Amino acid sequence: MLKIRNLHATIENKEILRGINLDINHGEVHAIMGPNGSGKSTLSAVLAGREIYKVTKGEVLFDGKNLFDLSPEERAREGLFLAFQYPVEIPGVSIVNFLKTALEEKRKHLGLEPMSPSEFLKMMREKKELVEFDSKLENRAVNAGFSGGEKKKNEILQMAFLDPKLAILDETDSGLDIDALRIVANGVNKLKNENNSFVVITHYQRLLDYIVPDFVHVVFNGRIVKSGDKNLALELEEKGYDWIKKEVDELNN
Amino acid sequence: MDESKKIINQLQDKKYDAGFTTNIEQDIFPPGLNEDVIRKISEIKEEPEWFLEWRLKAFRFWQKQKMPNWAHLDFEPIDFQAISYYAAPKNTPKYNSLDEVDPELLDTYKRLGIPLEEQKILAGVAVDVVFDSTSVHTTFKKELEKLGIIFCSMSEAIKEHPELVKKYIGSVVPYSDNIISALNTAVFSDGSFVYIPKGVRSPVELSSYFRINAINTGQFERTLIIADEDSYVSYLEGCTAPQRDENQFHAAVVEIVALKNAEVKYSTVQNWYPGNKEGKGGIYNFVVKRGMCKGDYSKIFWTQVETGSAITWKYPSTLLMGDNSISEFYSVAVTNNMQQADTGSKMIHFGKNTRSRIVSKGISIGKSQNSYRGLVDIKKTAENSRNYTQCDSLLIGDKCGAHTFPYINVDNQTATVEHEATTTKIAEDQIFYCQQRGLDEEKAVALIVNGFAREVMAKLPMEFAAEAKKLLEITLEGSVG
Repeated sequence: MLKIRNLHATIENKEILRGINLDINHGEVHAIMGPNGSGKSTLSAVLAGREIYKVTKGEVLFDGKNLFDLSPEERAREGLFLAFQYPVEIPGVSIVNFLKTALEEKRKHLGLEPMSPSEFLKMMREKKELVEFDSKLENRAVNAGFSGGEKKKNEILQMAFLDPKLAILDETDSGLDIDALRIVANGVNKLKNENNSFVVITHYQRLLDYIVPDFVHVVFNGRIVKSGDKNLALELEEKGYDWIKKEVDELNN
Repeated sequence: MDESKKIINQLQDKKYDAGFTTNIEQDIFPPGLNEDVIRKISEIKEEPEWFLEWRLKAFRFWQKQKMPNWAHLDFEPIDFQAISYYAAPKNTPKYNSLDEVDPELLDTYKRLGIPLEEQKILAGVAVDVVFDSTSVHTTFKKELEKLGIIFCSMSEAIKEHPELVKKYIGSVVPYSDNIISALNTAVFSDGSFVYIPKGVRSPVELSSYFRINAINTGQFERTLIIADEDSYVSYLEGCTAPQRDENQFHAAVVEIVALKNAEVKYSTVQNWYPGNKEGKGGIYNFVVKRGMCKGDYSKIFWTQVETGSAITWKYPSTLLMGDNSISEFYSVAVTNNMQQADTGSKMIHFGKNTRSRIVSKGISIGKSQNSYRGLVDIKKTAENSRNYTQCDSLLIGDKCGAHTFPYINVDNQTATVEHEATTTKIAEDQIFYCQQRGLDEEKAVALIVNGFAREVMAKLPMEFAAEAKKLLEITLEGSVG
């Protein structure tokens, strides 16, 4: 599904990613953890195609295609989805209108006819139920005046609609209370199947109680410095990141 | 960021889609303005003596006026003597059916997406087409006549309904109001006239399409809408003009009178040629639009979507005379390239418990300048009156400008006046968010702009809303690649 090879990226000439290597197969959930400023969010932004980051070295294959040959919107239509850490407000554009526009772009890309209004409404009902989305929000403008939790639930609803091959959740748990966290995690678990993959970026073990990862990676200083199974997350929760930093320092000396 | 710049450049390169001209023989006056020109216009129109006198008074007043310079607009002084003041299609007969109309004229309408016949039937719209200065077609007239509704050209109204014209023309916008109203009164060649009798609701949206199509010919329409007691009418005005190199000067006057309990909706979609990327050749659009809520409980609603013209200078306004009268103004104004707009509204409250609302959305692209200018004037007599004003500006790119000039005057302490203003830029992260959901940049910008303008678009009548949305998208459209 996704092969990241020796990925280096900079922002304003400052190197943030210094050689990321990662393989993600169909049906896997990968958690990416690490201290602030280690490069976790940069990785998600680079994969999604944010222009302020420059890729200086390395390659990424997404389902066999060179990811960097694709524009951000092409990556999205090909099935790469980023749940934003800070979802953006689009005043005056209702969630329904936004979902419909996004879905039609994807269908057009796949050579499908536009959905009929009744099909769309049916899909809307199903997806809302799946992710426990409050119907009262659907006619409101995208994220305008939403609480932190509502914004994140909106991200999950969009994910459910677009049915991505690879979904990256960038600190989706930040700013969520425990109920919202559970709803968001349940949504992810329901959408999970053997054909899609998830990358969950988080600071905390808490989210991983609900979304159980197959692999946990620790990013530090722009590299993956340690990988393991879900127990690694528990270990980090217990010991913090300092021991990882120490290990890395020792390796370097 | 480079991508964003690219799309902004593409937006600026958008060509004017309705740019073509029709070759129909025209009667045209040589350039210049004097009393003889006015007499000649009046003679061609077979106007009564009192009307000519009124025109001449206006002309003499106009001669003493200078163009004011308070607007946030930058343009060369207009040489009024270089303009021709009358053009009419040759030998204008009154047609009984579309078959008799010059096919080339009909073709022009078709290319503009105004198929008269389908439009009449499908949309239920009676169309009074002003082609340059002379009305060539009035539809649905007979059916409206059964209800006592008068919907005809202004010249016809002067002949057929002189008592109504005499009573109301100039009663809302006197010729002495300003230089534009004086000029228009002196030289207007035609326009639309609407009278809705007591207790009658117009069953169709009344619609008039204006189109400028002659070189260097000023277009001076005059519109008068009278809604008698307890009546209702919705009037639509839409414009588009062919591409021309010379600046075309346009000075219209619209007057609306709403008597007791009457309601008038006046909607405009304006798409005149804005000039090329350097600002050459666009239309100068100076318009005086004013309504009077004359009777108690009367209502006047203005809605406008403005995307065209090199220079737009207009402030649809309402005089709220009757107690409990209501007026609203909803506007979207888009400026691109070198376009300049100084537009807004005036709400002048005289009556008790009068209410007004102004919602203005300005969108600036390229090097354009978009100004909101509004006046809320609460007179001493206007007990418990209220105004709410909201003006929002959206900037696309970093070379354009948005300006807000609100004037508020309150002479009655029981009044409530609220003003809100925002200026936003389409943010790179908004575009990226949309891209991450599969929209390309152009679509993302169109979506964001439509969202920004939604509150106003929702106020347009159904059949106009689709056209306006399309217009907005075309205005933003760039050639991708």
